[in-house]
Amino acid sequence: MFRLKNMRKSTKSNLVTFGIVIGFYIVIQILSALGLLTSSLSGQLVPICSYVILAVSLNLTVGILGELSLGHAGFMSVGAFSGTIVWTTLYGQVPNWLGLLLSFVVGGVVAGLFGFIVGVPVLRLSGDYLAIVTLAFGEIIKNVMNACYLGYDSTGLHLSFKDAASMNMDPTGTMIINGAMGITGIKKASTFTIGIVLVILTLLVILNLINSRAGRAIESIRDNEIAARSVGINITKYKLMAFITSAVFAGIAGVLYSLNYSSLVAKKFDYNTSILILVFVVLGGIGNIRGSVIAAALLTVLPELLRAVNDYRMLIYAIVLIVVMIFSQSPQVVAWRKRILDGIRSRMKPGPKAKEVQ
Amino acid sequence: MALLEVSNLGIAFGGLQAVAQLDLKIEKGHLYGLIGPNGAGKTTVFNMLTGVYTPTEGNIVLDGKDITGKSPDLISKAGVARTFQNIRLFNDMSVLDNVKVALHNQIRYSMWTGILRLPAYREKEHEMDREALRLLKIFDLDKEASLKASQLPYGKQRKLEIARALATNPKLLLLDEPAAGMNPNETAELMNTVRSVRDQFGIAILLIEHDMNFVMGICEEITVLDYGRVIAHGDGKSIRNNPKVIAAYLGGD
Repeated sequence: MFRLKNMRKSTKSNLVTFGIVIGFYIVIQILSALGLLTSSLSGQLVPICSYVILAVSLNLTVGILGELSLGHAGFMSVGAFSGTIVWTTLYGQVPNWLGLLLSFVVGGVVAGLFGFIVGVPVLRLSGDYLAIVTLAFGEIIKNVMNACYLGYDSTGLHLSFKDAASMNMDPTGTMIINGAMGITGIKKASTFTIGIVLVILTLLVILNLINSRAGRAIESIRDNEIAARSVGINITKYKLMAFITSAVFAGIAGVLYSLNYSSLVAKKFDYNTSILILVFVVLGGIGNIRGSVIAAALLTVLPELLRAVNDYRMLIYAIVLIVVMIFSQSPQVVAWRKRILDGIRSRMKPGPKAKEVQ
Repeated sequence: MALLEVSNLGIAFGGLQAVAQLDLKIEKGHLYGLIGPNGAGKTTVFNMLTGVYTPTEGNIVLDGKDITGKSPDLISKAGVARTFQNIRLFNDMSVLDNVKVALHNQIRYSMWTGILRLPAYREKEHEMDREALRLLKIFDLDKEASLKASQLPYGKQRKLEIARALATNPKLLLLDEPAAGMNPNETAELMNTVRSVRDQFGIAILLIEHDMNFVMGICEEITVLDYGRVIAHGDGKSIRNNPKVIAAYLGGD
């Protein structure tokens, strides 16, 4: 009896999350068909999906594993660059769907590889130290990509971290990454539909992971590392598993993001982006996957919606952040909210409808 | 051969010799007590037996296998489980999940089985639920299975720790002050529980406890530590009358 009820609870909660994503997709499609979608909003659709994936994947590290990572944009960056390189070099040589699929796979795998390389030494640390090292990782990636010149000609690949001239490339060669200018002339490929499919894929993998043997092991490390080890959890393995999974999806989100624009520069993936993603996670509720989805979507659209009051845009954005934070986190406000809700419920109870709601 | 054989075990933190020359023999299915004044090194012994600390000398042999200095997760796999003096539950997880985490190495399936929800996932999860509920029932916790561990009252949290430790299918269970903070009724109930756990699971239990009624009531053999060294060993009666033990507890020359 108990088991059935419990299983249903987590499954039901997950279904609501998927329902929200699919509902959002349908509403946007209808609005778009009716011509009600402003161009600024439709331009935000792919970034929304990208940020949702980033927030959900970061929540795996911050909320489920319980380690603060400030370098999520770094993984997004390596994913974006590797995926975009695959896309631009394969463009026209293989069918577009295959090129796209490969670029997402490569972006995810490369980011995951970086997750492993960074994770092995970094996960020995915890708390503030881990946060600082991941922050440094993000900055290193940004600066390395900013100084990276990559191209190819008939003699093969050429790479330099100084300038274009020192690549010794044939003048007829093709430039792939041009230092601070990044990758230009990308054929746009990301669509809202692809974005939503990737969001659903991310949610499926991460929610299923959380509600499994491995997910419980990860959560137990968050709650009490010493106790987790004492019941036989290999904490290095599960910390790495969470960290790498998180990085893989950050990489995929990076590819999705970069293929939405015609150019890709390393500067985009800086400290601010990492913090922005963390804000989504904290605002949506640490450990609350559905909260991350909603917070990422709303906070990505909000600055666009506030364009009408352009001068006060960032001011209102900041106020919204503070108000939401107080509303969702302050113990007094949470208690007050609960009282109000209970009041409404008890008033509704005698009615037949209230039962259906509950 | 005894289940656990500890010989000449010692650990020094810098210049401080916390435990020295400790010998301990634990037979299958028996109840042992480890007592001593505060700071005698009892919990340090537990931490060495479970791999939290690496001993600086001596060795620990469990069931013929040397587990000295192994990592805690390997020692757990080898068959030593423990509870903690200051309760360490997975507070934000449900009572049921606390036990299911501890079944980690008993009922296994791969990460991919979980992510892809292969048929084995449902089957193994059901098996875990059944086993976890069976353990919770022994401690009368099955009705609280869906609560968060932090929502349990203190006494039940202590019981949940024991249930969780048993889920790892141990050969040896270490209880660190299981009766701390309990009233006499709860302590008496706990004594029965500990005894019945030993009988049902056929495992050896080594416990640290300050409540002498508890220790004398259920332990078949008692080791007394003082300043990191064994000062006495024997059954309850001989310990009670040992002048060294009395001096250690009450002071004297």
